Amino acid sequence: MGKFFAILLIIITLVSVYPIVTHMWWMPEVVSAHGPAVDHQLDETMIGSGVLFITSQFVLAGFIWAFGNHKGKIKNWPGGHKPVVAFGIILVGLEILSLSFVGSKVWASMYITKPDPNALHVDVQAEQFAFFFRYAGPDGVFGSIHPDKINDGSGNYFGLDPENDVAARDDIVVGTLTIPVDTPILLTLHSKDMIHNFYVPELRIQQDIVPGIDIPLHFTATKTGKWEIVCTQLCGLGHYSMKAYLQVMSKPEYDDWLKQQSGD
Amino acid sequence: MHDMSAEPAVHHLSPPQGFIRKHVFSLDHKVIGLQYYGLALAAVFIGMVLSWLMRLHLGWASLAIPGLQHLSPNGAPGGVITPEYYLSLMTMHGTIMVFFVLTNAPFAGFGNYFLPIQVGAEDMAFPRFNMMSFWVTFVAFLVLIAAFFVHDGPPISGWTTYATLSSVGGISGPGEAMGQNLWAVSIALFCVGQLLGSLNFIATTLDLRTKGMTLGRMPLSTWAWFITACIGLLAFADLLPATILLILDRTAGTSFFNPAGMVVSDTLLPHSGGSPLLWQHLFWFFGHPEVYIAIIPGFGIVSHILPAFTRKPLLGGMRVMIGCLIAAGFLSYMVWGHHMFVSGMNPFSAILFSVPTLIITIPFTVATLMFLGSIYGANLRFTSASLFCLGFVSVFISGGISGFFLAQPSIDTYLHATYFVVAHFHFVMAVAAIFGIFAATYFWMPKMIGRMMNETLGKLHFWLTFIGVYCIFMPMHYLGIAGNVRRYASFTDDYLVPLIPVHKFITIAALLTGAAQFIFLYNLIHTRWWGPLAPENPWEATSLEWSTTSPPPFDNFGGRHLVVHQGPYEYNAEGAAQDYVMQTDPNFVAHS
Amino acid sequence: MSVTTYTRTEPALRPRPATPIAATKGIPSQTGVWVAVSAIAMSFAALTSALVVRQGSGADWQRFALPRILYLDTAILIASSYTLELARKRFTAYVTAFRAARSTQPAATEPASVEAAALRASGLYWLNITLTLGLFFVAGQVLAWQRLASQGLFLATSPSSSFFYVLTALHGLHLLGGVLGLIYASYRLRHNARNAQTSLGTAAVYWHFVDLLWVYLLMVIAIRM
Repeated sequence: MGKFFAILLIIITLVSVYPIVTHMWWMPEVVSAHGPAVDHQLDETMIGSGVLFITSQFVLAGFIWAFGNHKGKIKNWPGGHKPVVAFGIILVGLEILSLSFVGSKVWASMYITKPDPNALHVDVQAEQFAFFFRYAGPDGVFGSIHPDKINDGSGNYFGLDPENDVAARDDIVVGTLTIPVDTPILLTLHSKDMIHNFYVPELRIQQDIVPGIDIPLHFTATKTGKWEIVCTQLCGLGHYSMKAYLQVMSKPEYDDWLKQQSGD
Repeated sequence: MHDMSAEPAVHHLSPPQGFIRKHVFSLDHKVIGLQYYGLALAAVFIGMVLSWLMRLHLGWASLAIPGLQHLSPNGAPGGVITPEYYLSLMTMHGTIMVFFVLTNAPFAGFGNYFLPIQVGAEDMAFPRFNMMSFWVTFVAFLVLIAAFFVHDGPPISGWTTYATLSSVGGISGPGEAMGQNLWAVSIALFCVGQLLGSLNFIATTLDLRTKGMTLGRMPLSTWAWFITACIGLLAFADLLPATILLILDRTAGTSFFNPAGMVVSDTLLPHSGGSPLLWQHLFWFFGHPEVYIAIIPGFGIVSHILPAFTRKPLLGGMRVMIGCLIAAGFLSYMVWGHHMFVSGMNPFSAILFSVPTLIITIPFTVATLMFLGSIYGANLRFTSASLFCLGFVSVFISGGISGFFLAQPSIDTYLHATYFVVAHFHFVMAVAAIFGIFAATYFWMPKMIGRMMNETLGKLHFWLTFIGVYCIFMPMHYLGIAGNVRRYASFTDDYLVPLIPVHKFITIAALLTGAAQFIFLYNLIHTRWWGPLAPENPWEATSLEWSTTSPPPFDNFGGRHLVVHQGPYEYNAEGAAQDYVMQTDPNFVAHS
Repeated sequence: MSVTTYTRTEPALRPRPATPIAATKGIPSQTGVWVAVSAIAMSFAALTSALVVRQGSGADWQRFALPRILYLDTAILIASSYTLELARKRFTAYVTAFRAARSTQPAATEPASVEAAALRASGLYWLNITLTLGLFFVAGQVLAWQRLASQGLFLATSPSSSFFYVLTALHGLHLLGGVLGLIYASYRLRHNARNAQTSLGTAAVYWHFVDLLWVYLLMVIAIRM
């Protein structure tokens, strides 16, 4: 029985690790400036964890093989527990220190560092069950949000008041987040009802969108293309289908697009 | 005229009379422990069926499940699960499993049964509070299950019940009216039951130990229950006011969690100024210690059972394991923000929470190393109980390692709310903690019921379950790495559709592994009535529960007051005639 | 589950002159009340942090004038702790006197001396005063609520009023629990039950805690509201 258990453990370990090593199901392509650093952090952690995982499961298997149904003199771990405890503390301690040190820099670059002052601002409104995106328009100023004016039926997702609010008159509201490549983007995330989340796996970033708080999120896309923005914070029955598209265009294409939108 | 001075509290119990007093409203901690276990058993089968329904829908979204339309005509018209009903099933699955299974069975169930016996007491310190704690928990369970039968169904906000989905009432979605109210009342009652239980565990451990039973000679299972009770005391004392504030926001128009300017279903809500993040802080301050409440008894149980089947004490003895459990319990109060890295709280806090989260890896790593080192050189005996202990080590390693990823905010920004998280918590809770419960059942059922369980069936149960859980939960890591978002009723996004075959594999594994649990259920039922009678000490173990009959008499030791002379793991001790020495053996000179 | 007689033979081993450590001396009800006190303190700590967070999260925190009766209430509660201690001292003195009297008249079943009887009656008297003061406190709280309502401050009016009602209501509920505890202790004392003094001691710990909790809550309310 011990041998069977040991072999089973080894098979399970190898089968578990195989899809990771071969990237059978893996992260999609990375399209943001900070993304490679996240990937690097994940890879480093994966290697460290992988070694720990394989070693510990193999040791368990080995001990079960060797000592399963063993009869006779019982041995204790040579050296007693102190070296093992010390090993555990030092090993984990070192891993923690190295991972945190590098990781916190990656985190800080995404969430703590101030965005580029010249970043392109886009306002994001999340609601049950859609995302809407707003651009400031030619005047470069966003109109104010009035929750009492929000009316999905008439397409006033942001609760703008163009009659009384000059800045709101030229705001552009669309359903696809369209941005130029290689340009710092600053999103301001609003929610009108539940907590939602803005997640683009390819950008390697996500952020909860909380009603009552205006949350900034900045990134720079490094490739043109079209990817999905999905909601990851449970927001009601339509949570699974709440999505929008992120369209990254070349700068000339984006300028054309923006002109078209302003013209409407 | 009686002397009114204080006396040491020693119960002088008289045997209970009558069916009701013996089996229903019993003051006997053993009966109460079995009642908790029974409740957990019912709950786990309901929770498992819910998970089957969820998994079937994820693999085959348009599948009509025959009969489901009768349970919920709105939720599953024609037997096809609607997205909102999926969320209801998911919410109830999580709530039932975390509260009524993982807090009940390893802690309230086995703890109630064995803590007094292991310390040599006749009963818990407060038998009437103990009985109340079970019945309050039972009523809480009924209130929760009632949510299935109200018009709009159970709540859809997940067991985490985040505001504002949960805090504005029915307009946020189906199930968010009466269903959510029932949930909140149920959990509030559950808190009360747990607080009464913790009270008993702590007072009994500190004050009712028998002669010679110093704290250092208490078995590791008792230590684990004691530590868990201390953690639970503060954790549930935080959750109870949180649920009260939630109920007020939902029903009394207050704005603890509801901010201004919310427009839900085209209605501008009158709330103002509340903080949805406040709910998350209050909830996770409870929630993280709660998951340690779920796993620490498992560590105690495995620490207690393994020596009986390796025939030697744990590497590091009592002190290292106790130190690990206390450290883990203490640190568990400092890490709650790691559930909230991307929640919108100050990003600096993410780094602050990440550090103790990573540090908490240390006591668990040391504990796992102690388990591994204990197997080295042992005379390892394979029984159903010991197999589940060894399996516990393997699955806890698997589950713990994924924690390493999630503890780092820079990685969590990608993996948050994906199936990677689902894999992590299921491995450590649904698998490791459940393995602890199985190990405890196979080990202690002979003592509790007086009959031996069938070992062949037990081992078959283990192999099928061990392979099955890896098939279910290991692939979820890959899904998470691919960005598969969790809590989705079905997968319609472009990048998720190619992952559906993996979900189908997981579903089939889940159904098969679930089926294997009926072997366990059959074994339990068969044992109860037809199992061979159990001797007093079938495992040749040493702690006090093995110094009495199987099952024990109503006052645990037949009127004897045991005297303890050594610690609980004197296996393979030098100078002993056999390879084990009972704690009550007066003739042995221990080395500590 | 029948009682079985237990027989067992231990294998013969080296004899050992062990002196087993005595069983624990702790009294469960005393441990229990401190455990309960910790849990309740934790609940109110959670509510305090919720209050602090809420005050900072919205611009709608509305300060209001505290009903003056709350200060009278506080004095009443502090006085009740004092009278409770008076009661406890009387009972302790009574037990001493009773024991002294019984040692000279072992067959006596009633308080042997007039002094002892007076102490017992006095103790019960002060206990009753404590209970009465406790109930006055609750009445005062209700009056305070009425004052607030007459100013238009209800549960949902503003976050400050919400917390005021929640904190005072929960405190009041716990205090009523303390009242029940004192009534129970009083009952046991009047019927000369065993360990009645322990009951009183346990109830007293709880009562003083509820008193201190109120002083704390008053400070929080006064500073933040």
